[in-house]
Amino acid sequence: MIEIGIAQLLVVSTALFFIGVYGFLTRRNMVTMLMSIELILNAVNINFIAFNKYLFPHKLDGLFFTIIIITIAAAEAAVAIAIIINLYRKYKSIDVEDANSMRF
Amino acid sequence: MLHSKLITLVPLLPFAVFLLTGLFGRKYLKNFSGILGTLGLFVTFIISIYTAYEYFFVQGRDANGIFQQIIAFKYTWLEFSPGLSIDMGIILDPISIMMIVVVTFISLMVHIYSMGYMKGEERYATYFSFLSLFTFSMLGLVLACNIFQIYIFWELVGLSSFLLIGYYYDKPSAVAAAKKAFIVTRFADLGFLIGILILAFYSHTLDFQTLIERFTNHSEFYTAVTAASFMGVSALTWGLVLVFIGGAGKSAMFPLHVWLPDAMEGPTPVSALIHAATMVVAGVFLVARLFPVFSLSCPPALDVVTYVGIFSSLFAAIIACTQTDIKRVLAYSTMSQIGFMMFALGVSGYGAEHGLGYMASMFHLFTHAMFKALLFLGAGAVIHFIHSNEMKDMGGLKKAMPITHITFLIACLAIAGIPPFAGFFSKEEILAAAFENNKFVFVLALITAGITAFYMFRLYFNIFWSKKANDNHSNASHGEGSKTMLVPLCILALCAIFVGFIPFGHFVSSDGKILSTEFHLLFSIGPVLIAVLGIALATVLYKKENPKADRISKTMGLFYNAAYKKFYIDEIYLFVTQKIVFNLIGRPAAWIDKNIVDASINLSATLTEKLAETIRPVQSGKLQQYAVYFFGGMLGFALLFIYFWKN
Repeated sequence: MIEIGIAQLLVVSTALFFIGVYGFLTRRNMVTMLMSIELILNAVNINFIAFNKYLFPHKLDGLFFTIIIITIAAAEAAVAIAIIINLYRKYKSIDVEDANSMRF
Repeated sequence: MLHSKLITLVPLLPFAVFLLTGLFGRKYLKNFSGILGTLGLFVTFIISIYTAYEYFFVQGRDANGIFQQIIAFKYTWLEFSPGLSIDMGIILDPISIMMIVVVTFISLMVHIYSMGYMKGEERYATYFSFLSLFTFSMLGLVLACNIFQIYIFWELVGLSSFLLIGYYYDKPSAVAAAKKAFIVTRFADLGFLIGILILAFYSHTLDFQTLIERFTNHSEFYTAVTAASFMGVSALTWGLVLVFIGGAGKSAMFPLHVWLPDAMEGPTPVSALIHAATMVVAGVFLVARLFPVFSLSCPPALDVVTYVGIFSSLFAAIIACTQTDIKRVLAYSTMSQIGFMMFALGVSGYGAEHGLGYMASMFHLFTHAMFKALLFLGAGAVIHFIHSNEMKDMGGLKKAMPITHITFLIACLAIAGIPPFAGFFSKEEILAAAFENNKFVFVLALITAGITAFYMFRLYFNIFWSKKANDNHSNASHGEGSKTMLVPLCILALCAIFVGFIPFGHFVSSDGKILSTEFHLLFSIGPVLIAVLGIALATVLYKKENPKADRISKTMGLFYNAAYKKFYIDEIYLFVTQKIVFNLIGRPAAWIDKNIVDASINLSATLTEKLAETIRPVQSGKLQQYAVYFFGGMLGFALLFIYFWKN
C-alpha cells in the first residue's frame, strides 16, 4: 500500500490540468470548453491544498485561495454561460468555430 | 503736398467694387452691379483727373520747373534686409499720372459701353467684378513704386485678362485662348522675374528710385553689375533684356505675340480695355519706368527694344492686311502700334532734346488708347449688330449705323495719321525721333505707317461700304445699339480728334523738364503722303465690291498665304512644343516620374502588403488557436524561468 504523499497529489493535479488544456484546445463545443476550464481550475485548487498541507501545515492561506477560486469560478461560469447564450442567439450554434467574425 | 490719402483711393475704389460685385453681385446686386461699377469708376476717374491737375499744374514741379517723383504713400510689406524690401506704395510722376488718367478714362468708357453690350448676360455681375479687378490691378501696376510690386500687379492683370478672355467659358475656343494667353505671358514673366532678381541682386534694392539712381550714377553697384558678365554680355544687359522679355510678353511683341489675336475670343469691350488700350501697353510702361537705366547705362538692351519693336510693328502690319476677322485685324494693328511705342523708346536718348522718342512713345500710348478703344468699341457695335466677326458678313452698314460709321471713320483717320487727328501728332513725333537717331528704323516705320493706313481702311470699307446695303440684315430693326453704347463712342471720338493738340512734351518727358516740340511742316509731308497713299489704295480696292483685291492676293501667292496663316508662328510653336519639347523632355521626364519616382513609392507599398499577407493568418478569429498561442507562450516563459532560475 503506497502512502499518499505530495507526489501523488501533484501527479493527479498535473494530469487534471493537461486533460483540461487538451479538452479546451480540441473540443469545439463551448460548454465542453467551459467544463475543461473548470478542470484546469480544479487542478490549481488541488495544487494549492497539497502545498498548503505539506509545506505550511499551520497556515490556511492555500485553503483561502482555493475557496476564493471556487467562488470566482462560479461567477466566471455564469458570465461564460451568458456569453455562450448570446453567441448562440447570434450564430444559432455553440460551436466555437462558427463564432469567428473577429478577425482581419 | 498732394492729398496722399485721396490718391490711395484710386486703386482701392475699384478693388472695393470688385469685392462688392464679386461677393454679392450674382445674388443680390444683379443688374445694379453694372451701375455700381460705373459709379465707382467715375469717382476714381474724377480723383485721377484732380490728381493730374494738382500734379501737373500746381505742385508737381520743383523750383527749377522739373517734375518730381513723389512717393504719395509707402508701406514696407516684407523686408529681407535693410534696404531690400518689398513695398506697397504709390509713386507719382508724369508717366504714372498719365497712365492713371488713361486707365480710368478708358475703363469708364468701357464700363458704360458694357452696360449696353453685356445686357442680359447671365454672368453680368461677374463680368463687372472682373472688370473692376482688372482696373484695380492696372492702377496698382502703374502706380507701383517697387519693382516687385509691379510684378505682383503684373500677374494680377494677367489673371484678370485670363478670366475675361475665358468669360464665355462654355466656348472651347475661348477656353483655349485664355489658357494660351496665360501660358505665353507666364512664360514671359519667368524672364521678368529672373530679370528682377538679377537687378535686385546687384543693386541691393527693389525700390525703383534707388535702383535707377544706383545704376545710372557711377556707383559701386554700377561697377559691379557691369563687371559681372555671362556669355560675354554684362549682367546689367542680361537683367534689362530679361525684364524686357516680360514686357514683350505682355505687350505682344514678336515672338511672344501669339496670344493676342486669340485673346479676341473675349467680349469685345474687354478687348478694347485690356487688349488694346491698357494692359498690353504695360510692357511699354515698364521699359519707360526703367528708361534711365536702359538709356544711360545700357544702350545694347535699348537696341534690342528698338529692333524687336520695329520688327513686330512691320510683321503685324503685314498680317493685318490679310486677316478677315475684324477683331483680329484690330489685334494685329494693336501689336503694330505697340511696336511703334517700343521702338520710339528704343531710338530715344535721355534728357532734353534727345528724349523726343520717350515723349513720343508716351504720347502715342496716350492717343493710341483713345482711338484703339474707339475702334474696338465700334467693332463691338458692329458685331452686336451683325452677330458675326467675319468681314464677308458685313458691308454697306453706313446707312444702318450712322454714328458707329462716323466714329469708326474718325478712329481710322486717327490711326492712319491724318492731321489733325490725334494719331498724326504722336506718330509724327515717333517718326521724327526715329529719323534723328536711326534712318533704317525710320524707313521701316514709314512703310509700316503706310500699311497701317491701308489695312485700317480696308477694314473700314469692308464694314461700311463694299457691298450694297444688304437686305439680309434682318436684325436691322433693333437699331444701332443702346445709348450706353453710343455715348462712349462719341466721347472717345471727340478725344481721338482733340487729344493730339495737348502739348504733351510740357507734361511728360524723359527727365521731367519741359520738352517743347516744334512742328516741321516739311517733315510731316512724307508720312501724311504715305498714309494718304495707303488710304487711296484701300479705296480703289475695297470701296466697291470688285475682284481687284482677290487678283492681287493671287499674284502674291505664297507670300499672301504665309501672311494669311500669320507666318506660321502658331504652327512653329506647336511643332516646337509638341514635337520637340514633349518628345525630348516631356516624355522622358514622364517615364522617370512613372517608373522611378512613383515606382519606389509603389515598391514600399507592395512590400508592406506582402508582409501583411504573410502575418495576417495570426489573427484568424479562432478562439482555440489563440488559446494555443497563449499556452505555448506560457510554456515558453515557464521553461525560460526554470532554466534561468536553476542557475
